[in-house]
Amino acid sequence: MKKIEFIRNILEANEIIARRNQQLLDRHKVFAINIMSSPGAGKTSLIQQTLTRLKGRLSIAVVEGDVASTVDAEKVQSDAKAVIQINTRNMPESCSLMAAMIESALKDIPLDDIDLLLIENVGNLICPSEFILGEHKRVVISSLPEGDDKPIKYPLIFIDADAVIINKVDLLPHVDFDIDAFRHSVAGLHPETEIFELSCKTGEGVDRWCSWILAQVKSYATKQ
Amino acid sequence: MLHHMHEFGITENIVNIAVTKADEARASKVIQINLVVGEMSGFVPDCIQFYFDSLSKDTIAQGAMLHFQLVPTQLRCRNCSTIFQPRDTLWSCPKCRSQSIELSKGREFYIESMEVE
Repeated sequence: MKKIEFIRNILEANEIIARRNQQLLDRHKVFAINIMSSPGAGKTSLIQQTLTRLKGRLSIAVVEGDVASTVDAEKVQSDAKAVIQINTRNMPESCSLMAAMIESALKDIPLDDIDLLLIENVGNLICPSEFILGEHKRVVISSLPEGDDKPIKYPLIFIDADAVIINKVDLLPHVDFDIDAFRHSVAGLHPETEIFELSCKTGEGVDRWCSWILAQVKSYATKQ
Repeated sequence: MLHHMHEFGITENIVNIAVTKADEARASKVIQINLVVGEMSGFVPDCIQFYFDSLSKDTIAQGAMLHFQLVPTQLRCRNCSTIFQPRDTLWSCPKCRSQSIELSKGREFYIESMEVE
C-alpha cells in the first residue's frame, strides 16, 4: 500500500463550468445576478418588480430555478426578453442551481440582445452558498416574517452576498423583526454588503434597488 | 431526504478524481480516500459515503473507505484580530465583543491524499 498526497478541491468541476459561463457572459457583455433566499422570501416578486421598472432601460433575461412547475416563469414572462425554466426535480440534485444547469440555459438565451441576466436560484439558504454559477453579483433576500436571525443561522450565504435585500418591510408593524440587529449581523459578516429595505407589494424602496442594478450594469459595461 | 441533497454530484467528482489519480499512480485499487471537510461546509459525510458505495461500483475505487477530517470553525475578529472558535451561533469576539467577524477556517472541502495499492 502506498500513499498519494495531493490537494484537490472537490468543487472544482462546478467552478470550472462557472468560470466558463462567466467568460461567455463577458463576451456578450451580459451582467448576471444570482438571487438566493429561502422559499417565499420574494425572489419572483422582486424579479417582477425589477422587470417592470427597468423596462425600456435594460433588456433582461430570467432563469427560473425551481424544484418543479413553471409558475414562476409564467409570472415573469411578459416583461422579460427571455425566460428559461429549470426544474431540478428530475436532476440528481434539486436543492440548488449548479453551473452546468446555467451553461445549458445560456444556449437558449439571445445573449447579444440582453444586458442583464437575473438568475432565480432554488429557495434554500444552505446549498446555493456552495455552488457558484458564473454570476457577477450574488444577492440574498430575507423577508420580515422569517425573523431577523437568518444571518446568524446561515452565515455562509451572507458572507458571500454582494447585496442583501430586506423584503416585506410593509409588515413591520405586525412582526418582531429588528432591522438594526439584522443590518448589524449582515455587516459583521461582510462589511461591504449593500443592504436594501423594500416591499415588493407596496413598491416602497424598489427604486433604490433598481438604481443599484443600473449602476452595476453601467460600471460593468464600461469595464468590458 | 438523501436524494434532495447535493452530495450526489459531489460524490461523482470524488470518484472521478480518485480513479484518475490512482490511474496516474499506476495503482490497481483505491483503499482509502482522505478528505478534509470544514464544519461550516454544507456537506454530509454519511451521505457522501452512501453515494460513494454505489457510484464507485465497477471502478478501481470500489470498496474504498472515505476518511473525513473535520475542520472546526475558526473565526477572526476584524477589529482586534483575535482568532477564536465560536461558542454559540452568535459570532462575537471574546476579547473586544465586536461582531465584525471573518471566517478563517471551516469552509474546506477537498481531497488531501489517498491510499492505494
